[in-house]
Amino acid sequence: MDITVQDRIRQEITDAPVVLFMKGTPVFPQCGFSAAVVQILSHMGVKFKGIDVLSDPSVRQGIKEFSNWPTIPQLYVKGDFVGGCDIIREMFETGELKQLLEEKGVSVRA
Amino acid sequence: MAMDAAMIERLIKESLPDAQVSIEDLRGDGDHYAAHVVSGAFRGKSRVQQHQMVYQALRGRMGNELHALALQTSVPDE
Repeated sequence: MDITVQDRIRQEITDAPVVLFMKGTPVFPQCGFSAAVVQILSHMGVKFKGIDVLSDPSVRQGIKEFSNWPTIPQLYVKGDFVGGCDIIREMFETGELKQLLEEKGVSVRA
Repeated sequence: MAMDAAMIERLIKESLPDAQVSIEDLRGDGDHYAAHVVSGAFRGKSRVQQHQMVYQALRGRMGNELHALALQTSVPDE
């Protein structure tokens, strides 16, 4: 495993409270699943950092190994992996996402 | 590359023999599926761990041959 990429990922998820590894950017998502998560976070008024894996193949592969998760998008909150599109969608619908963000001290629009 | 639903079900059941698997081919193109997997093996696991168990069962196909599998996991009703 490439130490440098893994270290960079660890740095990214430590530096920002909410990080979304995605295809494309928050403004121009390049994939429906990434777009869905962006939409949920935006709807909740959550500030997040989007990292475009399409612009960096090493991160695209590296994040899959880092999280032991085969797909993009991937959401991290305060350094912890929360899930991919299906989990985020389910947690949003049940209110668990809001609860988790609040517990972790991330501001969410009421 | 497409993968058929029976294959997905078979792989999941190889790893999780008690699993009840329902698969829907969302677009009829053999490439976009939704699966609901119910297994006692998920008990006490987080959602992330449950999904990881299913991905493990699919042995690297998820994200490759299998482009889109919307996944929902749950434990059987008591």
